[in-house]
Amino acid sequence: MQIHELSAQELSQKIQSKEVSAAEVAKHFLERAQNLNFKLNAFISFNEEVLKEAEKIDLQIARGNKIGPLAGVPLGVKDMFCTQGIRTTAGSRILENFVPPYDSTVVRKLKEAGAIVLGKLNQDEFAMGSSGETSYFGVCKNPWDLSKTPGGSSGGSAAAQAAGLAALCLGTDTGGSIRQPASFCGVYGIKPTYGRVSRYGIVSYASSLDQAGPVTRTVSDAALALEVISGKDALDMTSSDQSVPEFHKNLNPSLHGKRIAVLKEYENSDGLTPDIVNAYEKAIEFLRGEGATVEQISCPHAIHGVSVYYLVATSEASSNLSRYDGVKYGHRAQFENISSTSLKDFYSSTRGEGFGPEVKRRIMLGTYCLASGYYEAYYKKASQVRRIIRDEFLVALQGFDALVSPVTSTTAFDIGKKISDPVKMYMNDIFTVCTNLAGLPGASVPVGKDRAGLPIGIQVQSLPFCEQSVLDVSYALELAFKNSVGAPHV
Amino acid sequence: MSDSPSIDISTAEKMSRLANLKMSSEQLKEMSFTLTKVVQLFHSLSQVNTEGIEPLVTPVDIRLVLRSDLAKTNFSAEEMLSNAPEKTGNLFTVPPVV
Amino acid sequence: MYRGYEAVIGLEVHAQLKTNSKIFSSDPTNFEASDNQNTSPVSVGMPGALPVLNEQAVKLAVITGLALGCSIRTKSVFSRKNYFYPDLPKGYQISQYDEPICEHGHLEIQTETGPKTVRILRAHLEEDAGKSTHHGDFTLINYNRSGIPLLEIVSEPDLRTPAEAADYARTLRQVLQYVESCDGNLEEGSLRCDCNVSVRKAGESKLGTRVEIKNINSFRFIEKAIEYEIERQIDEIEAGRKIIQETRLYDPDKNRTFTMRTKEDAEDYRYFPDPDLLPLVITSSYIHEIRKALPTLPQDRCKVYIQHLGLSDYDAKVLTETRDLADYFEKTAQISQRPKEAANWIMNELLRELKNSSQKLSEIKISPSQLAELIELVEKGVISGKIAKAVFGECWSSGKNPHDIVNAQGLGLISDESALEAVIDRVLSSNEKSVNEYKAGKTKLLGFFVGAIMKETKGQASPEVVNKILSKKLNG
Repeated sequence: MQIHELSAQELSQKIQSKEVSAAEVAKHFLERAQNLNFKLNAFISFNEEVLKEAEKIDLQIARGNKIGPLAGVPLGVKDMFCTQGIRTTAGSRILENFVPPYDSTVVRKLKEAGAIVLGKLNQDEFAMGSSGETSYFGVCKNPWDLSKTPGGSSGGSAAAQAAGLAALCLGTDTGGSIRQPASFCGVYGIKPTYGRVSRYGIVSYASSLDQAGPVTRTVSDAALALEVISGKDALDMTSSDQSVPEFHKNLNPSLHGKRIAVLKEYENSDGLTPDIVNAYEKAIEFLRGEGATVEQISCPHAIHGVSVYYLVATSEASSNLSRYDGVKYGHRAQFENISSTSLKDFYSSTRGEGFGPEVKRRIMLGTYCLASGYYEAYYKKASQVRRIIRDEFLVALQGFDALVSPVTSTTAFDIGKKISDPVKMYMNDIFTVCTNLAGLPGASVPVGKDRAGLPIGIQVQSLPFCEQSVLDVSYALELAFKNSVGAPHV
Repeated sequence: MSDSPSIDISTAEKMSRLANLKMSSEQLKEMSFTLTKVVQLFHSLSQVNTEGIEPLVTPVDIRLVLRSDLAKTNFSAEEMLSNAPEKTGNLFTVPPVV
Repeated sequence: MYRGYEAVIGLEVHAQLKTNSKIFSSDPTNFEASDNQNTSPVSVGMPGALPVLNEQAVKLAVITGLALGCSIRTKSVFSRKNYFYPDLPKGYQISQYDEPICEHGHLEIQTETGPKTVRILRAHLEEDAGKSTHHGDFTLINYNRSGIPLLEIVSEPDLRTPAEAADYARTLRQVLQYVESCDGNLEEGSLRCDCNVSVRKAGESKLGTRVEIKNINSFRFIEKAIEYEIERQIDEIEAGRKIIQETRLYDPDKNRTFTMRTKEDAEDYRYFPDPDLLPLVITSSYIHEIRKALPTLPQDRCKVYIQHLGLSDYDAKVLTETRDLADYFEKTAQISQRPKEAANWIMNELLRELKNSSQKLSEIKISPSQLAELIELVEKGVISGKIAKAVFGECWSSGKNPHDIVNAQGLGLISDESALEAVIDRVLSSNEKSVNEYKAGKTKLLGFFVGAIMKETKGQASPEVVNKILSKKLNG
């Protein structure tokens, strides 16, 4: 087995037992990632210090110092996370040269656990997209089929993880941005409960929906990484002080006596392909066979999820992205003579050049939703329906260990197929947005492939702060279906 | 929401001004067209009865923890200006605003 | 009344809350910091930086709200006010919009026609913006002020004259300083004022079109700016023109206001609840605790001084000017049990010395208990009033106890009859002519003898004993 085929934990164990050095591992991944990046375009930047940092880990191990559970693990970080000294672009021209003087809390915690930042991963611009195609740095490719998108917005994270370009990856999920690409690329990805993980230092898209989470080869890696990054952060008021369970140690695949819910409104959804229906039914069958009971629940307002999601997310985004104005950092439009430039021109040229078309579209939509005369009918209405949806999920899920559903209607689609039609692209998120609206934890587990050989994921969700249930059910599915997915050959 | 909402070009133009996004008339036309399609997609929301329902912002109950009033300097002015497109000493430079 | 018109004025006062760190980050708040020294990713609006609310800012807002008789919302909400300006690093200001922390208060002010209650609509927490300095070809931005906690206190349009408006602002500052929520330093921008002014024909109940004059930082300018604005608006109406709803600035050099922006280019601020912050929930027990610890306010102290301690209106007003002074007075009055004398000493000697030495009350050497001791020495007849002033001077400069000063310098009054009799005999024998005139009926010469005796004894003779002996010798 090659180094890049190991799980993050296996890798760290080998490094800690000095079977292989962290430096060798870093070198292997760096070379592999750099060599394959021209094909996949999964990385936007590499960490120039990665080998030095790996040597430091080796030195600590040699000295017998106490070392974290992810010692020496090369980490791929979505470019939404600020990394001190490594440029952080959010996939946008407007942050093309931004080098943060601080680490996001998630990255800091992973570094403290011994992980080494390998590089920064490609993504849809400001995480606005479901295909990776809105990135200023070019589209990332799906390692299973280079003509397909890896999904988005954490496309680079899922692609890099699937192709073995990094041992552990980080993504963010606002409306499905971890789960959908994980599903498209055949890897595991989990979005924690809103508030479980600090958002400090993560470029904001929609503050009330954004959550960071790991994209991994195995459920066990995700459990460990999630444990490391979770918990209250004094720098994020919206992080929760709920105690963090030992997700990894507690991992238990037993399904006996578990109560699994399926959602009526997700059944027979338009456009759901037969291969996905098939994989989904097989997964349900498996759960039943292992002693779980499966019951249908209903959340009637879930059908409004996509509308509510786009109204809330774009409203928040229109405000969150106002800080990109060419004053303090980032892109600034060039003017022949700054002294005769009006402020209006300065701003609108800077932002007009700095943002891509999809980001502009969402800023425009969000500005509209909040504008006087429209606020009540759009932002406020959506926030009210959001409460209805959230409450329906909380009530319907009482007593259930997990809610199981498809992640997407289709498997990875062709690059260029939906980008010209935003409505089509937005409808893509139908199975994933309610999770964020309700703040629930949710994951995508690979369970099979379609007739074209593209991976299919199944979504597992649970009540707030019940990540353990999500991980446990995921683990059972992983053990059952792992071999039917495998890894792509790049 | 009216029966068939639309974002006409003048509304799109107004939004682009509010959001400080420079757009050509061609871009505004395209924006008006796609945004109209998008808001029409969302139109079904208007049928949901939301009377008396409090809007939801943060979806999960999170205990409020305030910060103690301790002053701390964690960054130098130089670090905060290290990404500035243009600076004068330790101040950010912008076009004349008066 | 102005040419048959009435002015309607409301004030929005931005008070900087006295905290060590900013409202949403731990950046220091000191005024004298160097360029952008007090900044961080939060106050410069860097990607991913998040606001975390300062508990002291909340506490000071509640204290101030209670002092202004406001009701405190147990749940208030922070909203974003969206607009672009270089001094606003995030492209929005975090403020409170439809659910402010304090509402429905009032403040009593003294006007020419007696006390007047001004209603307070609301007081809400918000962050300050940075500071721009203009250099012709470019503008420079310093974010040290960005994120400084402000309490914006909005009055109802209850004020009718420029003088009332200035009085309101002064009284408000006094309250803020009493509860120690704001230092009230106008030069450093700790207190800034926006004035909303409209005029209407006398007797008209409908409000006229309102004009906002922004960012006035002196009480005198509040008065002058409003004065100018009232006249300007009446001129406009009289000339048959309409008042335009707009924001104006006051130029103190030219003593006029000028247009800053009109309603047409007024922004659509797109307020919405800030999803980075949780609703601010305050328990009623927290409010109760703060209410209990609230100091007595100047207006209430004034009433007690007049009604229960028998002071004059003027004295009461002067003594309650600042909390320190009122506290000093109350302590002195309490220890000496002689409020009127305490008031006299403070009003005359202490305030004069304070002014001459340009010291702060907290820096002076003489303590309330020492002043009380001095009062007691006079009242018990140990020293005369004249000597007491000298003792006060000594105490002021050395901080020594009045008792010790009197003893060490032998300043106590001479009440020993035999000792005084010798002095009196000496004085009478050297003024035989006057004694004869007195005996012949010119009794007003008594004062002359007393004065001469006092001079002989350097003022230390007990007036009581002197009178007794004198009358025995002259009349007996």
